[in-house]
Amino acid sequence: MNFLYDTGVIYRRQVRLAVRNPAWVIIGLAQPVLYLALFGPLLKPLASHIGAQNAYTFFVPGLLIQLGLFGALFAGFGLVSEWREGVIEAERVTPANRAALLFGRVLRDLTLLLVQGIILIGLGFVFGMNGSIPGMILGLVLILLLGGACSASSYGLALTLKSEDALAPILNSIALPVLLLSGILLPISIATGAPQWLVTVSDFMPIKYLVNALRQLFTGGFWNVTTFWGAVWVLVLFGLGLWFGTRTFRKDNA
Amino acid sequence: MIHARGLARTFDTKRGRERVAVNAVGGVDIDVEEGEIVGFLGPNGAGKTTTLRMLTTLLKPTSGTATVAGYDLAKEPIKVRKSIGYVSQSGSTASIARAGEEIIDHALLYGINARQAEKRGKELFEQLELDGMWARQPKTMSGGQRRRLDIAMGLVHDPKLVFLDEPSTGLDPQARANLWTHISDLRTKLGSTVFLTTHYLDEADALCDRILVIDHGVIVASDTPDALKRQVAGDLVELTLANEQQVATAAAQLGKLGATSSATADVSGLVVSMRIPDAGTELPGLLRSLDSAGVPLTAIEVRRPTLDDVFLTMTGRSLREDA
Repeated sequence: MNFLYDTGVIYRRQVRLAVRNPAWVIIGLAQPVLYLALFGPLLKPLASHIGAQNAYTFFVPGLLIQLGLFGALFAGFGLVSEWREGVIEAERVTPANRAALLFGRVLRDLTLLLVQGIILIGLGFVFGMNGSIPGMILGLVLILLLGGACSASSYGLALTLKSEDALAPILNSIALPVLLLSGILLPISIATGAPQWLVTVSDFMPIKYLVNALRQLFTGGFWNVTTFWGAVWVLVLFGLGLWFGTRTFRKDNA
Repeated sequence: MIHARGLARTFDTKRGRERVAVNAVGGVDIDVEEGEIVGFLGPNGAGKTTTLRMLTTLLKPTSGTATVAGYDLAKEPIKVRKSIGYVSQSGSTASIARAGEEIIDHALLYGINARQAEKRGKELFEQLELDGMWARQPKTMSGGQRRRLDIAMGLVHDPKLVFLDEPSTGLDPQARANLWTHISDLRTKLGSTVFLTTHYLDEADALCDRILVIDHGVIVASDTPDALKRQVAGDLVELTLANEQQVATAAAQLGKLGATSSATADVSGLVVSMRIPDAGTELPGLLRSLDSAGVPLTAIEVRRPTLDDVFLTMTGRSLREDA
């Protein structure tokens, strides 16, 4: 029970600090909202060409993934500054469960992500999105799993490197190819005129399956191969992320 | 309270493409008894913090064993953590948090309930002259206040052993003196054993019953500050002569007072100097004999040995060069 209690203590402290500094919630949301407002209208006339009924029902799932991916992936920066202030060390010298120090922080990120995700979906409706509400809820769950994977591995990486300067290029070099190859902004498929080699390359990008699954869910497709693979991949990523993060936090010299 | 045997830590670092093992701490033995205030003295990079991090369970030793506060470091780290307090040199609180909340959260991680934590925290704030700071953000505090807040964090669970890593680094002289009274209060008022690292000699001198001197990851001396200073073989006596003719006579006279018969005085221009045990009692006799030999002096200076001298005699280099 020590683990749950310690996770709760860390989580509460993290949420309290985040609420006190709400700028981060807003900055995190700004990017997808700008995409929605400034890129969405461009997509509207293309909707039929990319095989979508409604441009926003197509676009919002991608933006949610972007939110989960980028928001959580950059969570490690906060950890580096906490480490510099001696907070991590101070927590590690207590009898607190090591994994709880990670999980409390990951849960804070997921809370943030959930709030941002709901706001984004709400805005999507304002712009004219339609679709399956239960599908959207399930989609949010998948996004949270993705966010958990990203935030845990970002913390693991941050605690290993302990430097913003080392962390930034690594995270950026992960984020950009993921953004381009997973079809977040435009679908990558032969049907919409993508070259074969690009489609093949993108097949190796696990996030692509998640994006496709999310688009299925938003239009009410629950039980099909696409959502199955999306769920499988996100669970794999979630498992790997938490394993890596926990391992780093448990290490003797972190 | 602390019994360490052969505690060592090696770090793998990359030098170019080569992997190099660096011996940060090369097998130290440390014994600290209950109620002692022990100082761990050494220049930057000597292995002080690494040793401290091993003793506080933050870093696993490459080899060696230790019992800390009665528990085996390797087998019962959680019990060790419950019994010790650690005040690191990098701080312990988030700058945008509130001081009181940080204290309570820290106590919760020790399994102390919130009400008790608040009571204990407020007591500590009073003792450490942090009254009225409960709701303040650490970023708005002065350096001295923030350091005292770190100490309060380390004391919230009433540890019987407190580790302080470079407690007064970066503080102004007044804040340092104030901090020292609080550190000695740890023993007198709370009955804690204190183990602190420092590279300030005056700090070790003012606070510690006993000093361990570490250099290049090895403990080179362990004794009371006074005994260590005595090992330097006396006070430094420096005679400045009026003219060069009498330098040899003065050196011979001074040489007779050396600790050993083979000791000779150093001559540098008009200055003749030597270390003499207990210079205070020898000085009147020395002056008389110089007078009767017709050696006129322009100045005489006697310097008590400092821990810096101790460090210099033991390691062949000054503590300040690296610090």
